Amino acid sequence: MEKFRLRDVSLWYNDFKALKDITMDIVSGEVTAFIGPSGCGKSTLLKSFNRMNDLVEGCKITGSIQLDGQDIYKDPNINGLRKRVGMVFQKPNPFPMSIYDNVAFGPRTHGVKSRLVLDELVEKALRDAAVWEETKDRLKKSALSLSGGQQQRLCIARALAVEPQALLMDEPTSALDPISTSKIEELVTQLKERYTIVIVTHNMQQATRISDKTAFFLLGELVEYGKTEQVFSLPRDKRCEDYITGRFG
Amino acid sequence: MRQKITDTLLRVATWLAAALTFGALFFLIAYILTRGIPYIKPSLFALHYNSQNVSLLPALVTTVLMVLLSLAVAVPLGLFTAIYLVEYAKRGNPLVRMVRMTAETLSGIPSIVYGLFGMLFFVTWLGWGFSILAGTFTLAIMILPLILRTAEESLKAVPDTYREGAFGLGAGRLRTVFRIVLPAAAPGILAGVILAVGRIVGETAALTYTAGTVAQIPESLMASGRTLSVHMYALSSEGLYTGQAYATAVVLLVLVAGINTLSAALAKKIGKG
Amino acid sequence: MMRTRFDRQLETLNTMLIEMGAQTERAIALSIQALKEQNVKLARQAIACEREVDQTEKEIETLCLRLLLQQQPVAGDLRLISAALKMITDMERIGDQAADIAEISIHLSQEPYIKKLEHIPQMAQATVKMVTESIDAFVHRDLALAREVVDYDDVVDGLFDAVKNDLIALIGADSANGIQAIDLIMVAKYLERIGDHAVNIAQWVAFSITGTHDGGEEAD
Repeated sequence: MEKFRLRDVSLWYNDFKALKDITMDIVSGEVTAFIGPSGCGKSTLLKSFNRMNDLVEGCKITGSIQLDGQDIYKDPNINGLRKRVGMVFQKPNPFPMSIYDNVAFGPRTHGVKSRLVLDELVEKALRDAAVWEETKDRLKKSALSLSGGQQQRLCIARALAVEPQALLMDEPTSALDPISTSKIEELVTQLKERYTIVIVTHNMQQATRISDKTAFFLLGELVEYGKTEQVFSLPRDKRCEDYITGRFG
Repeated sequence: MRQKITDTLLRVATWLAAALTFGALFFLIAYILTRGIPYIKPSLFALHYNSQNVSLLPALVTTVLMVLLSLAVAVPLGLFTAIYLVEYAKRGNPLVRMVRMTAETLSGIPSIVYGLFGMLFFVTWLGWGFSILAGTFTLAIMILPLILRTAEESLKAVPDTYREGAFGLGAGRLRTVFRIVLPAAAPGILAGVILAVGRIVGETAALTYTAGTVAQIPESLMASGRTLSVHMYALSSEGLYTGQAYATAVVLLVLVAGINTLSAALAKKIGKG
Repeated sequence: MMRTRFDRQLETLNTMLIEMGAQTERAIALSIQALKEQNVKLARQAIACEREVDQTEKEIETLCLRLLLQQQPVAGDLRLISAALKMITDMERIGDQAADIAEISIHLSQEPYIKKLEHIPQMAQATVKMVTESIDAFVHRDLALAREVVDYDDVVDGLFDAVKNDLIALIGADSANGIQAIDLIMVAKYLERIGDHAVNIAQWVAFSITGTHDGGEEAD
């Protein structure tokens, strides 16, 4: 069951072609990892899934990206798209507000007003993000008082609060210590039962630990895409093999 | 050894400079307080001013009125322009450059020039006469660049990651600006407002030519009135009530200190929540 | 990022595997020579050689485990190192078998042979060839060569059948021959097992190249 279908997707930043004719399917209920050297286009592609690239001036995209069969670039309701496709960024970026308000921001944006409903949503989201125990007694305190790892899980809770179908994660653990990293990896493995997750990572071991499928990008092209175990034990493309064995950075 | 001598010399020099600065400030305040406090009597706060009792209450009321009204005109204008420039305008938009250049130019103009402009335009050409309204609008134009600049800087200082986070959750730009960016920029914006208030309270030349110098509580916006600084200026130039002039200065100091403290507390509160 | 340190370590691994292969071959050659010449001194040398093989196995094992820990290899590198770990097990067994042959040769050194040794040295030669070529195939990533080694085991098995038939005939002719014949059949059996271990090595070499492991018949 494909969640995202990409057909001949190309992207330009002004004259620079950052993505070249990407065609792939992202399966729902799985974790798909995007790997590749810096500048290969993996983050750019990720940001196309929720049209965050629209915010970049001079960005042009061709081809089609479909979510559940609907082309997301033909749908004018961008905010609705971003409700269905959540995003977690590389550096934790909680708003300078209370923990409660951070998580409630999304639901409030999409029309939830009732205090009772919000309370429930906030608790559920914080539980799902495995950070409820650490925050339940300080919901009114500023989100900035949390540690880095907790902040990132808060950002995950914030994304989950709007009940998305897919979750995009752009190197979510690269700014965190090993313990926070493994907590979040644990979380991702649990979340994939209910969400489709696409994760960009520089950490090969992370990709092998948590992803079901891996896509390797190089200079804007999709070079290899398959089951993670196969990509990492017997890659078909030599460029992929060279990258994952560290023979070129 | 040479290092130690240089170190000590520098340390002494720094300490001396700091001492001089504090000393000057302390001296200034002490001087004003000692000369002014003896003249602070309840009579000085009478509702009406007359040549026997140079009450400063009308001036106080006018000052507060002037501050509030000028802010009411300048802050929305400046803030929303800043929001447009930072959040909505596309990069390289010529309008942005034009507005910025205009603001820079305006901020360099001496206040007396504003006063003359105000007099010629608001007082004479629009026929408002010497009035609170004329004074308000003149001051508003004067503080507009300041508000605009600080608001712009404050908004720009809000990290893009907040905006990204909000967009990622499906919030539109308007909501993002008003719920996330503005609250985060509030301390900076308020700092600009405090600076503007300081300018307003200290203004004399511009007001003399626009709001006039009537020493009564203005009955309407079209009436003339004097602020505390104008009152102080008038008193000391008449030369009869220097003591009361100092007293006015004391009241001014207290007023400014009060405004500063209030705004700081407000900024802290908004910044936290 | 070129992993020069890692590549150097892999070079070392190759060198050590070649060394272990050479030691294994020497053990086989010495034990068969000791058998042919009924030379006890050579037999003892063969047994000493086997101890060297054990030592090298430990060293290679340590190196491989360290590489797994430090370098977190994936893909080709991972297959290479895990193949190496399996190969040294088989080579160590070959060493054991060679030592066993040497033991028997000491036992048989007192009396003349009931028949001239003909097939047994041929078997030894064949197995040495198989070991050499499988190590070669590993170092040079030569899949065809590895597959040749697997096929060549048929020769060893054929020779074993020949030895068996000869010895059965000899026992049939004179039952007193049985005492020596039993030892000689053991030697042939050991050589046949050496052949099977060499096949295992070749199959792990093929795995390191293709990612699929065929066979894995347990010779022991």
